[in-house]
Amino acid sequence: MSTRPPRLREKAQVLDEAALDRALTRIAHEILERNQGAKDLTFIGLRTRGITLAQRLAAKIAAIDGTTAPVGTLDITLYRDDLDMRGAPVVRGTDIPFSIKNKTVVLVDDVLYTGRTIRAALDALIDLGRPRMIQLAILIDRGHRELPIRPDYIGKNLPTARRETVAVRLREHDGEDRVVIEEPEEA
Amino acid sequence: MGWSRKDLVAIRDLDAAEIVMILDTAASLQEIAGRDIKKVPALRGKTVVNLFYEASTRTRTSFEIAGKWLSADVVNFSAGGSSTAKGESFIDTARNIAAMSPDVVVVRHSSSGAAALLARTLDCAVVNAGDGAHEHPTQALLDLLTVRERKGHLDGLSVAIVGDVAHSRVARSNIHGMRKLGLSVTVAGPPTLIPPFVQELGVKVAYRLEDAIRDVDVIMMLRLQHERMTGGLIPSLREYSRTWGLTLDRLRAHARPDVLIMHPGPVNRGIELSPEVADGPYSVILDQVAKGVAVRMAVLYLLGGSKGGDQA
Repeated sequence: MSTRPPRLREKAQVLDEAALDRALTRIAHEILERNQGAKDLTFIGLRTRGITLAQRLAAKIAAIDGTTAPVGTLDITLYRDDLDMRGAPVVRGTDIPFSIKNKTVVLVDDVLYTGRTIRAALDALIDLGRPRMIQLAILIDRGHRELPIRPDYIGKNLPTARRETVAVRLREHDGEDRVVIEEPEEA
Repeated sequence: MGWSRKDLVAIRDLDAAEIVMILDTAASLQEIAGRDIKKVPALRGKTVVNLFYEASTRTRTSFEIAGKWLSADVVNFSAGGSSTAKGESFIDTARNIAAMSPDVVVVRHSSSGAAALLARTLDCAVVNAGDGAHEHPTQALLDLLTVRERKGHLDGLSVAIVGDVAHSRVARSNIHGMRKLGLSVTVAGPPTLIPPFVQELGVKVAYRLEDAIRDVDVIMMLRLQHERMTGGLIPSLREYSRTWGLTLDRLRAHARPDVLIMHPGPVNRGIELSPEVADGPYSVILDQVAKGVAVRMAVLYLLGGSKGGDQA
């Protein structure tokens, strides 16, 4: 029953280590500007790489503003709209050890594509309390939205074809900081 | 690796990786119990039928809460006040319920093998919530989860299972689960309540409480099941309690100071467990009940969510 996914090869590099860091620094400044500081700000990262990006953004804001914003982890598996099609995917758990009530939540993910993950994340967040505001920070917006969802902070807009994959590689998981576009090897 | 079984009938059928997968999923789902709004949409639109032919408070309620927290519609069927009282057979009742298209049927029955029979008969997922003296898989899973969280690991731990082993489906499921995950198990009880050939399951046997509980990490006391005994197996309740009841004095004299005391419930207070022990600092009995909901959520999620795996 298992159809092996096609092998991917790297087509182009989108961000190198320095460019990735600059994009995050700019987003951190934009977040502070938009919210007039870091008061009542909380970061929630989507598993897996969104968490790392959320931690890095929180660290940058602490360095700029001196305010330490809490960082939580959201697992949206139980809120997916495709559970029936995929079988039961692994649930790895939500860990938000602070109240989001009346807070400004910055939701962080690595790649924005169809928007379905963010739809699920919004439902999951609102089940946990009523934040004052939810903003969306994304490292790569690759287009092809299927839902009316739009990010507030974007690292880079990247037009892609559906057959391509955007791979965000982060030091903590992959040993390097880099973003690449991959495409299937021709059969 | 994903979940691939239609049913959960017995721990004996599972391999270690499958057991760990259920425990990990349950550990992730526990967080829901602490929320203000205890509901996630994972099983929205799925129907869970609790088909209980035997009395149960904990297990039925636990499955019901687990299903509801996952947004499934949960329907309870109990043998009293149903067509069973009018003479309908088990299989006929089950087929009738199946005709109403449930996604998961949770079954408890006094006959060993009832759950396996149902799993063979029905197309939907079947969860065994206890069948006769055979197995009670979700109880063993919640026991394993409780021990894993308290001790930080499972491999290499030692467990004493004490009391009415012969009639206990809880003991049987736990023995299979614990052996698969690398725990060592000693069973103990009066010879009339120790099943013959139990050593073939890879356990040691002790015939004195003191010998069984010395140096173990976990003591699991079983309920003396008067309702399944036809008489003659023990001289009297008082005699049983004096020889096999776990009291604070005995515990302090023979067991380790960091031992966990478990009991699947309902406790016969003053028979197998004295109240000071049941309510004391070693006892994790209520923790077991809380873990029960998480484990049942995990089982319903894995079985209910993996239906329809036919389309890619």
